[in-house]
Amino acid sequence: MSFFQSLTERDRVFDFMTPQASKVDVRHGPILYMEDVTVSFDGFKAINNLNLTIDDGELRCIIGPNGAGKTTMMDIITGKTRPNSGSVWFGSRHNLLNMNEPDIASLGIGRKFQKPTVFEALSVFENLELAMAADKRILPTLTARMTGEIKDRIDEVLETIGLTTLRHQPAGILSHGQKQWLEIGMLLMQRPRLLLVDEPVAGMTEQEMERTAELLTGLAGKQSVVVVEHDMGFVRSIARQVTVLHQGSVLSEGTMDQVSSDPKVVEVYLGADDEEAA
Amino acid sequence: MSLTTQSSANFWLTRPFSERSTQIFLVVLLATLALVTLLHVAVPAGNPLHIGAYTVNLFGKYLSYALLAVAVDLVWGYLGILSLGHGAFFAIGGYAMGMYLMRQIGDRGTYGDPVLPDFMVFLSWDSLPWFWHGFDMAWFAFAMVLLAPGLLALVFGFLAFRSRVTGVYLSIITQALTFALMLAFFRNEMGFGGNNGLTDFREILGFDLRTDATRLGLFLATGIALALGFILCRAIVTSKLGRVSVATRDAEARTRFLGYRVERFQLFVFVVSAMLAGLAGALYVPQVGIINPSEFSPIFSIEIVLWVALGGRATLYGAVIGAILVNYAKTIFTGVMPDAWLFALGGLFVFVTVFLPKGVAGLLEHLKRRRHDPTPTPDKEATA
Repeated sequence: MSFFQSLTERDRVFDFMTPQASKVDVRHGPILYMEDVTVSFDGFKAINNLNLTIDDGELRCIIGPNGAGKTTMMDIITGKTRPNSGSVWFGSRHNLLNMNEPDIASLGIGRKFQKPTVFEALSVFENLELAMAADKRILPTLTARMTGEIKDRIDEVLETIGLTTLRHQPAGILSHGQKQWLEIGMLLMQRPRLLLVDEPVAGMTEQEMERTAELLTGLAGKQSVVVVEHDMGFVRSIARQVTVLHQGSVLSEGTMDQVSSDPKVVEVYLGADDEEAA
Repeated sequence: MSLTTQSSANFWLTRPFSERSTQIFLVVLLATLALVTLLHVAVPAGNPLHIGAYTVNLFGKYLSYALLAVAVDLVWGYLGILSLGHGAFFAIGGYAMGMYLMRQIGDRGTYGDPVLPDFMVFLSWDSLPWFWHGFDMAWFAFAMVLLAPGLLALVFGFLAFRSRVTGVYLSIITQALTFALMLAFFRNEMGFGGNNGLTDFREILGFDLRTDATRLGLFLATGIALALGFILCRAIVTSKLGRVSVATRDAEARTRFLGYRVERFQLFVFVVSAMLAGLAGALYVPQVGIINPSEFSPIFSIEIVLWVALGGRATLYGAVIGAILVNYAKTIFTGVMPDAWLFALGGLFVFVTVFLPKGVAGLLEHLKRRRHDPTPTPDKEATA
């Protein structure tokens, strides 16, 4: 249908005025596709011929010892680090290597950093408001008004992350776990297609970990979620698919049981982790 | 729920006037303007309550400093950019006004040249430099008061923020900026009167600058400019853009990651602030009767920051309180014991940093909370 025809359609809002939903093409299955990616820092290969595919709606856990390249991998996906070679595609339309950080973020890739960084001087509600997908240029931001629709969306996310009663408290007073949830909430406000979550349960209590597991498994399906985590108990409780990274490439991939019985994995990671846990 | 939680329940909806402190500030400011006018005009000169033209003039000067402090608080308090060069924008606004006032002198100068200001005749220049054209027209000069500092801030800010220069490095290059401008303006060949600056003004918009009525008018104009500038800043900080600014101040990388082009927000707020500083300078110059390169001195820019710190950062009204308090103290001190002023200023700053980390405004808020809420509520602990 041509543009002019769409103008004459009076029964609905003009297409070009409605906020564009993410135009990511996932008809072929994967939402994230990394092939032969290599990054080296001064000769050290942080990522070495990495191949990784994440399906739309999948919840994937990525484990691996320190220095396996987990954080670097996230940096590549979000545009912070440029690989020396390889290709990274989001859906089958967007080549992430040609895009900058803000563009990638607005395309629908949300990242939760290891250390929670919420805006402590602002309230929980305002933190979510700023994170919302919106026109983020200067004048629209200056004249932005709080509409019922926006408020409903924020309330919905507050409900999901369980911080409804704390909505008007400054984020600075939240506990560590609550800050992590607020961060996840801030990601959800951007309606991401892919969530990258870096060590969500580090420093959490048992109850907080359970709550986080519920939250993340609840999100999968609606979004694709990639979790990088050290805590094997936590990974076991949420993961369907696990990828083990080692020295910058994929060592093993499969369900938790398959992976943990893989002798290569036992050698480089699980054995060491059990010692750590003990 | 206690009263504090109740009031914060709506604070994301705030508009410029909705916060109590803003209303109180504006009422106090307007009442002061009215009272000073009344005591100056209606009370006879012999009466102890009479406010003389000298004092009105002095208050006008304080108010222009207050507007400058508000401009600095906007970038420092809400955006986290510690500008140690806002004196430059103030001085450029002042020079734009000074050039207009110089052109107004016409042929009444010492040398009687109808076009050239005295200092140009003295330097045996035979024509007006190109950048002096247009300043005989009030509208052009008044536009330049805002545009010239705005343009400088735009170019400077564009380069600095695009290269992600922030924090202490930005503070240092703003100092360098104002220092470089000071050295440049000291030179005669710059065409701004060298170290004498611009002075010997006669009239503004046809009103004789030496009459009491004009001085009162300038005082009132400054007060109203302060009120409008304050409202503009409140409108900015209560908007979503204001919250993005605070977010940038506290976690710049995180804000960028949310999809905000942080450097553009910084540039926008920085330019608005520079224009307000320029306006303050333009109101200052006709009241003191001179503008010279000493306004560019790095010390002055640092002093502005001290006013804001003393009054209380990120409150706007605190900046006004700080500017007036420090300058009042300066007037008193430099009259009584001029040599001790810098020691007093330093001592004051140490005192505030140690005992009032949030400045006078922080003290006021603390007292207000104590009055409303004599016992500390377990509210926060209970909900956290």
